[in-house]
Amino acid sequence: MNVIDLGMPTSGIASVPHLPQDAPAQTKRDFTSDQEVRWCPGCGDYIILAAVQSFLPELGLRKENIVFVSGIGCSSRFPYYLDTYGMHSIHGRAPAIATGLAASREDLSVWVVTGDGDALSIGGNHLIHALRRNVNLTILLFNNRIYGLTKGQYSPTSEEGKITKSSPLGSVDHPFNPVSLALGAEGTFVARTMDSDRKHLIEILRAAAAHRGTALVEIYQNCPIFNDGAFDLIKDREQQEARLVHLEPGQPVRVGAEDDRQTLVRDDTGDLVWVPEARARPDRVVIHDPYADDPAQAFALSRIEGPSLTHVPMGIFRSVEHTTYDDGVRAQVRAAQDAAGGPATDADLDALLLGRDTWTVG
Amino acid sequence: MSSKTVKQLDRVVIRFAGDSGDGMQLTGDRFTSETATLGNDLSTLPNFPAEIRAPQGTLPGVSSFQLHFADHDVMTPGDAPDVLVAMNPAALKANLRDLPRGAVVIVDTDEFTKRNLAKVGYDSNPLEDGSLDSWHLHDVPLTSITVEALSEFTGLTRKEKERAKNMFALGLLSWLYNRPTDGTEAFLERKFGAKPEILAANLAALRAGWNYGETTEGFAVSYEVAPAAMPKGTYRNVTGNTALAYGMVAAAHRAGLPLVLGSYPITPASDILHTLSGLKRFGVTTIQAEDEIAGVGIALGASFGGAIGLTTTSGPGLALKAETIGLAVSLELPLVVVDVQRGGPSTGLPTKTEQSDLLQAMFGRNGESPVAVLAPRSPVDCFATAVEAVRIATTYRTPVIVLSDGYLANGSEPWQVPTTGELPDLTVEFATAPNATDEKGNPVFHAFQRDEATLARPWAVPGTPGLEHRIGGIEKADVTGNISYDPDNHDRMVRLRAAKIAGIADTIAPLAVDDPSGQAEVLVLGWGSTYGPIAAAVRAVRNTGARVATAHLRHLNPFPANTGEVLRSYRRVIVPEMNTGQLAMLLRARFLVDVRSHTAVRGLPFTTVELADVLVRALEDLS
Repeated sequence: MNVIDLGMPTSGIASVPHLPQDAPAQTKRDFTSDQEVRWCPGCGDYIILAAVQSFLPELGLRKENIVFVSGIGCSSRFPYYLDTYGMHSIHGRAPAIATGLAASREDLSVWVVTGDGDALSIGGNHLIHALRRNVNLTILLFNNRIYGLTKGQYSPTSEEGKITKSSPLGSVDHPFNPVSLALGAEGTFVARTMDSDRKHLIEILRAAAAHRGTALVEIYQNCPIFNDGAFDLIKDREQQEARLVHLEPGQPVRVGAEDDRQTLVRDDTGDLVWVPEARARPDRVVIHDPYADDPAQAFALSRIEGPSLTHVPMGIFRSVEHTTYDDGVRAQVRAAQDAAGGPATDADLDALLLGRDTWTVG
Repeated sequence: MSSKTVKQLDRVVIRFAGDSGDGMQLTGDRFTSETATLGNDLSTLPNFPAEIRAPQGTLPGVSSFQLHFADHDVMTPGDAPDVLVAMNPAALKANLRDLPRGAVVIVDTDEFTKRNLAKVGYDSNPLEDGSLDSWHLHDVPLTSITVEALSEFTGLTRKEKERAKNMFALGLLSWLYNRPTDGTEAFLERKFGAKPEILAANLAALRAGWNYGETTEGFAVSYEVAPAAMPKGTYRNVTGNTALAYGMVAAAHRAGLPLVLGSYPITPASDILHTLSGLKRFGVTTIQAEDEIAGVGIALGASFGGAIGLTTTSGPGLALKAETIGLAVSLELPLVVVDVQRGGPSTGLPTKTEQSDLLQAMFGRNGESPVAVLAPRSPVDCFATAVEAVRIATTYRTPVIVLSDGYLANGSEPWQVPTTGELPDLTVEFATAPNATDEKGNPVFHAFQRDEATLARPWAVPGTPGLEHRIGGIEKADVTGNISYDPDNHDRMVRLRAAKIAGIADTIAPLAVDDPSGQAEVLVLGWGSTYGPIAAAVRAVRNTGARVATAHLRHLNPFPANTGEVLRSYRRVIVPEMNTGQLAMLLRARFLVDVRSHTAVRGLPFTTVELADVLVRALEDLS
């Protein structure tokens, strides 16, 4: 096999032109388009939009080199509201379109905005292949566990038994866990955050943008019209402490208030189980390591989420460096051109067209 | 040189036929290459099963390659072979019905065993029972002579030696028609350079075949076909798929833009993906997508970024790409979609040719979504058609669908190779600055402000400061490109998009009619790969003194501006198509002319005889 040593940049935005040092700092306003935002009042998308608009200046990129590509659904209206380049494409296809753009334009920071129906149902194939190839994209997956734009059918992340317009007796579909799916699809950066926790959301966006390769960020997002309160159990200040599991690199995986804290340990069979902190044997305590190349523990952590949001891990499940698809594609083109002494000239094209077997008449 | 008699012929049609594993396509390719080098005009028709290896020795497993070469210009691969090389009983049985009595049949007698005969339902051996008495039979124990000739290659197994029998057959035919073999020798050296013993064995088999012809009494005469009088220039032989791939590379080079192919493997289009994936040196990026939809999505994403976005497929894939092509119509971005048509519906006949995707290309999307549609007429014409597709796509910011087909894709003919300087300049002007001002007088960019002449919108690629804009599949307001649900705006945008495509006719040549007498009453109008058979049939009919006019459409949407006028100038218009009348339907609807269809969907090109007969009957009808 021919493997080209890419010597590639390790940051997701290393090859994107930055603003000059002395340029005036960008503000949220620079990233706000003149279009009226048309989500329903109270939609979680507003919070995510505001967070992204206020985070983007931090990257220090020329805004003309940022592109947001989306599919179809409420979340996919996102690009219209950002004053960057953008494409609101068709249902499920944004990762494919973004792949073509990212592979051909090293100088762009390419973002995909998608929802649970767009990414996991109609566009499932493109999502898993973008993850497997590790294209340099940041994918924001807004998960509200419902179809909003089509007015309230169950989605591939709706819980079993969900009663909706299209499942009056309860959905019999078994849902996807987007984090498990992304890890199974070889995702190199997989994280989860929540619309209402702006600080955490921005922290995750920062890490995702810095990741070179496909970064998948699942964002729990409330749909106040068709699935209101879907995440209330982990938003409610009283309940969230017992349910939210904050994943911190190098730290034990724990949940609960100080007086009732549970620690995740490996039992004799290798399963992950919660035990009261005091009873956790130090050699059995699960230490979160998102940088481990083996995704097994990250996958196991994605599975500790019990029914009804019992224990919900939040944070970065996995963040590893692998060769990216677009860097690899470009390296092959460059290597071929370098080997031939630079970009093709007219004479090179003439030689190609002639081939090896020619004859002359006259 | 041979000491035997040499006879001159003006044309020959040879068909090589054998089991899918016998290497008949390779043998045909090499014989074609030798023939091209000699300066004959030629045309080829590979014909192979969809199965990679159907059960050995059976009728479904027969693969063949037909070559027509002559000392004059050749329009088709030939209706019927003058020579059949049959490597086994199945190949004989599958092809004999196409063989006129008196034709030459060369068989490998070693394969005519009881078992092989039984496999294809021969009760007795046709080589012995007299059933081939009407043909000129050469029974040659090809396999055993090849093995015998390679006896000194002790490092090779018998199976490996047997595999060289196609080279023996090629050597024999090369002797029979006085073809040079040095090109094939060079080819073998490239192919087997790393395996010296296999290389030596193949070369030895090739020479043994040649010597067999020269020394055996069975072959008393050899033949020569003089070079054809062709326009001065440098030539090579080329298949349609190769010409199409090269045309895309050349066009991107002339546009000064990278070419990005997103493609999912599908017969008979995959060779374009293979060819382009080897041309990275020309700035070509090929992405083998996860599915057909991703293939076109990748191409569209690359177009948005300022590259020449290309996707290649066949009919079933075009169906899957429909929604994304519709998006490209709405975004008004350049996109080239190549459909190498095959028999349909559904999986249909994957390795056989058909022209049945014309209406799909025209109308196979939701909403009013016109796109430009082009069709090459011959393998060589695939090159120029690809260049034209890029010109239209980039000038008008529109998807262009190119309808090639299986016959053009795999068929080959001599190509007078153009130089880069002879190709059109396809330089693209990207938008670089705001093109309007807002109410306050500030410069702004309107993504759908159209060019007055072409109605094309500006192509502003990401990375251009000050032109940040959003596009999408939702209807856009005329000029600004913002989302608009306004009824009148939608009506206007639908008509603008249609007018833009219709306006392409301003930059294409009028439909040229070939009517030497100027007095023909019958016009034959074709499109795509029927060009060769139609031209050959018209020539045959004219040779009898009859008057027939002919014209051929490359642009199917829009039609050349004079198309209606041409149709109305003839008493009768015949439209032959390898579908059930798709172009005829378009012409009738568009021009209210009562064109007459002649159609066939057999997975094979029309024969000259068949079309000539149609023309003769049309002439009789009018007299």
